[in-house]
Amino acid sequence: MCGATEGGLSLDGIDVAKEAIIQGRVVRAGSKGPGSKEGDPVGNAYVRLLDRTGEFTAEVPTSATGHFRFFAGPGDWTLRTLAPKTEPVDIVVSAEVGAIREVAVEV
Amino acid sequence: MSRETVLVTAEWVEEHLDDPSIVLVEVDEDTTSYDKGHIRGAIKLDWTTDLQDQVRRDFVSKQQFEELLSSRGVGNDHTVVLYGGNNNWFAAYAYWYFKLYGHQAVKLLDGGRKRWELDSRELTDELPERETTSYTAQEQDTEIRAFRDEVIAAIGVKNLVDVRSPDEYAGRLLAPAHLPQEQAQRAGHIPTAASVPWSKAANDDGTFKSDDELNTIYSEAGVDWNKDTIAYCRIGERSSHTWFVLKELLGQENVKNYDGSWTEYGSLVGVPVALGDEPGQADGQSA
Repeated sequence: MCGATEGGLSLDGIDVAKEAIIQGRVVRAGSKGPGSKEGDPVGNAYVRLLDRTGEFTAEVPTSATGHFRFFAGPGDWTLRTLAPKTEPVDIVVSAEVGAIREVAVEV
Repeated sequence: MSRETVLVTAEWVEEHLDDPSIVLVEVDEDTTSYDKGHIRGAIKLDWTTDLQDQVRRDFVSKQQFEELLSSRGVGNDHTVVLYGGNNNWFAAYAYWYFKLYGHQAVKLLDGGRKRWELDSRELTDELPERETTSYTAQEQDTEIRAFRDEVIAAIGVKNLVDVRSPDEYAGRLLAPAHLPQEQAQRAGHIPTAASVPWSKAANDDGTFKSDDELNTIYSEAGVDWNKDTIAYCRIGERSSHTWFVLKELLGQENVKNYDGSWTEYGSLVGVPVALGDEPGQADGQSA
């Protein structure tokens, strides 16, 4: 199970048992113009990790395949995804040490 | 300083893409970002190799900085416009670094790479060709750089501003949450430091908030405008962002960036450390 990234970012060299990982992929919920269709990975999005009070904790740009990852702490977090030509999308997610939370984000 | 002197908009950059007096410079935490696409004409500085001594933990020397800028085609008369990812963390770090070595004409692209990308503005993978220059740097301006002994002496005396996330300040996380958490140093913050996460100074798109909003944020967090200020984070890049806000946008006189930051302070033997969400007493005991 360790390193089960489903084709996403590698976890090589990281002690997953000590980390509370939140990761996932940003895809298009629908077409955003010519050449864009539902399910396309969004490689130019930004995912922000907000703590339980809504305060910013970290932000990552998505990879070319739309993937992102955070090493959070245990507890509840909000993922806020910003992408061109769309409104921000918020998703609440719970993390725990030793587990990998996979989150699918549609924008 | 004023906002107009130190910040430029994306529109301004687009209008000056062919201006020979301007050098665009991208600096990112992810040093491969530039290679995936950058603003036309921009050169890259790698903060891990170009701006750090490769043996001891310190900046490159004045001579190395001169050689670096000369080889990349940056002259003393050029206006350097910096931008980068992570809401300009490392661009602000480079801004502070250029000031440290006496380059006065430096500006930040408001919102950095993120705002540029969210606006769907053009990026290219074409590499610019620039003629080498003969750059002359000044001696380091230590009026804007704080060292550890100065930071310890500032506990309970000067404004200490911890700009990391609330969970790092309290000791619940040891690093920004996009990095693995296993670290050698202790968790917590420098006693009496106010917690003002750098992110409070920025909008979601990475642009800076208005001067009025910024003044309110730091005042409410307990920053005394009559005192000197030292900002710190984990390795000195997020605190460069806050140094930029306090010194360059709000015009505070004596503001220093402590680039040793938590990776140094949290590893020192015998210094006081405060845990939890409150600043704590000078000896590290909770309030």
